[in-house]
Amino acid sequence: MLKYIEKRLLISVITVFIILGLLFLMLHNMPGSPFNDEKITAVQRAALNAKYGLDQPLHVQFINYIKAMLKGDFGVSYVIQKNMQISELLKARIGVSVRIGLQAVGLGTLIGIVAGVLAALKRNSWIDTFATVISVVGVSFPSYVFALAMSYYIGFKMNWLPLLYTESDAFLSSIMPTISLCMFSMATVARFTRTEMVEIMGSDYMLLADSKGIGVLRLFGIHGLRNAMIPIITVLAPLTVELMTGSLVVEQIFAIPGIGSLLVTAIQFNDYNVVLAVVFVYSVLFILVMLIVDVLYCIIDPRIRLAKESR
Amino acid sequence: MRQKCLEIRDLQISFETSAGMVRAVRGIDLDLYKGEALAIVGESGSGKSVTVKAIMGIASSNQKTEAGTILYTYEQDGQSVTKDLLKMSPAEMRSRIKGTKIAMVFQDPMTSLDPTMTIGMQLMEGMIRHLKLDKKAAKKRAIELLEMVGITDAAKRIKNYPHQLSGGMRQRVVIAIALSCNPEILICDEPTTALDVTIQAKILELIADIQKRLGIAIIYITHDLGVVAKVADHVAVMYAGRIVEKGTAEEVFLDPRHPYTWGLMESVPDITAEKTKRLYTIPGTPPNMIDLPDGDPFAVRNRYALKADFIEEPPMFPISGTHAAATWLLDPRTPQDVVEQMNPSNGTRGGNRDE
Repeated sequence: MLKYIEKRLLISVITVFIILGLLFLMLHNMPGSPFNDEKITAVQRAALNAKYGLDQPLHVQFINYIKAMLKGDFGVSYVIQKNMQISELLKARIGVSVRIGLQAVGLGTLIGIVAGVLAALKRNSWIDTFATVISVVGVSFPSYVFALAMSYYIGFKMNWLPLLYTESDAFLSSIMPTISLCMFSMATVARFTRTEMVEIMGSDYMLLADSKGIGVLRLFGIHGLRNAMIPIITVLAPLTVELMTGSLVVEQIFAIPGIGSLLVTAIQFNDYNVVLAVVFVYSVLFILVMLIVDVLYCIIDPRIRLAKESR
Repeated sequence: MRQKCLEIRDLQISFETSAGMVRAVRGIDLDLYKGEALAIVGESGSGKSVTVKAIMGIASSNQKTEAGTILYTYEQDGQSVTKDLLKMSPAEMRSRIKGTKIAMVFQDPMTSLDPTMTIGMQLMEGMIRHLKLDKKAAKKRAIELLEMVGITDAAKRIKNYPHQLSGGMRQRVVIAIALSCNPEILICDEPTTALDVTIQAKILELIADIQKRLGIAIIYITHDLGVVAKVADHVAVMYAGRIVEKGTAEEVFLDPRHPYTWGLMESVPDITAEKTKRLYTIPGTPPNMIDLPDGDPFAVRNRYALKADFIEEPPMFPISGTHAAATWLLDPRTPQDVVEQMNPSNGTRGGNRDE
């Protein structure tokens, strides 16, 4: 198992480098430069380029970047907050995005699984219909619809929750963004859980477990849900990364200083180092979540675990 | 003295489907005695599985018990208690009957064990619940049970997952699970159908051995008459949701009275038969259980059908104290000398009759 994880980590490092290389190439070929101000003369621009090393050939720039990055230096921002260390810029923003993202995934998964299991147990009852309707709404409505609706009714009209995100009231002010972000993952998880549970409940091993006369909770919770978890985790993984890296629109609506909005601004202004750093964070998060998912597979399903151990 | 432990009376079960009501079980009477083996024989769809699942309280959501009683008699604190299993709540069935008084062995061992749980845990969970054992005691007993069903190296095997065992071994585990809480009745739903022929015999021997040693009553469901001959004390032949013939194994094998039983017997390959003779098959297919024809559902497939068979379904005619069959051939009004000639078991049983 450990050996397998080691191997995976090695591959991950290579993947990250390839991603960064491709990104370097793409950013280089993008029109414009970080210094697009009309007041800047050609001489000044050349001086700026020289200052940041942007006048050098691309492969030299890349090697320099990697060298600095390995020392923990992601460079400075050219435009967004001039000459600020990227690590400083990201530090606060990643925390907020990851926290709200994890809250949303956690809440969505919890409600989704409960709703899915209930719908499967009470198939064709009103609970099932209700869960189906909620799933369709959750999947088909974009998260900002919920965000705006909640802002208006709960935040503005009722005044129950703060309209905007503030660090000083991080929990209460993150409730509305969390709920609006969790809808999609909740709906997806509910749908998958229901389908899986319906299939598993008709399986022979559930029949046998049932014939043992064990308690309902043990029957559905341990025998049923555990077997249903594999496909659920598979859909959850990309959702988790997506939510942790922030949603642009929801961040805008609730004024959350996350990295979703940062990336878009950085691309607009050709702030190379910011784009690179944010994408680096995205990739690392994605690879990490995928690794966790693989480990989870192994924990849940002994067939996968034993196949990997013997490899 | 024989003690009745299960008494099924007029059991009727239907399934609601989009095409209409499927009348899977249409009023059956069955008795099971302590320590004896009863075989229920019939084609697929004859209602045999539905019947035993009803005993276990395992029902699909569209299933409806229309009528009947399943009376279960057991000893409690030295007193004989009789309860109708159909009137018990699901929770009561779970805590007092399923797995502990009545246990079940399923058809396909490849799919009937939970792939994500060690076989040890699957064995232990029933014991922890019903026998109130702690983990350590349950584990000890799990190892003993595995040894009893013939699994070597049991102490190591309990840590295995189902996919690490062969089909025959898995069925042994399933049997061990069924026996784990000392049931009084063991239901075996085609326990050998999915296994290799060489393993089949061993599993049957194991079940028969356990029955003798532990004195439990067994209900076998099968369509394999070879299995019936080997293990059963009593036989019930089912067709289209009804019992058409029942009796002791000897009575049903040596003196079958229902044309359907004749057909079943004749469709067993005979090692002494001439090579050129085709094996008999019962013509036609089982009837549509949603829209049953008038009269006896078997009549259209029956070579010996009487006019009466197409008009009214025959009742059970008793032949002896234990033997009965549902065919108009047994009606006193039917000329019995003709019936004697029809019966293939008279003299030349075994498929070498002239037709």
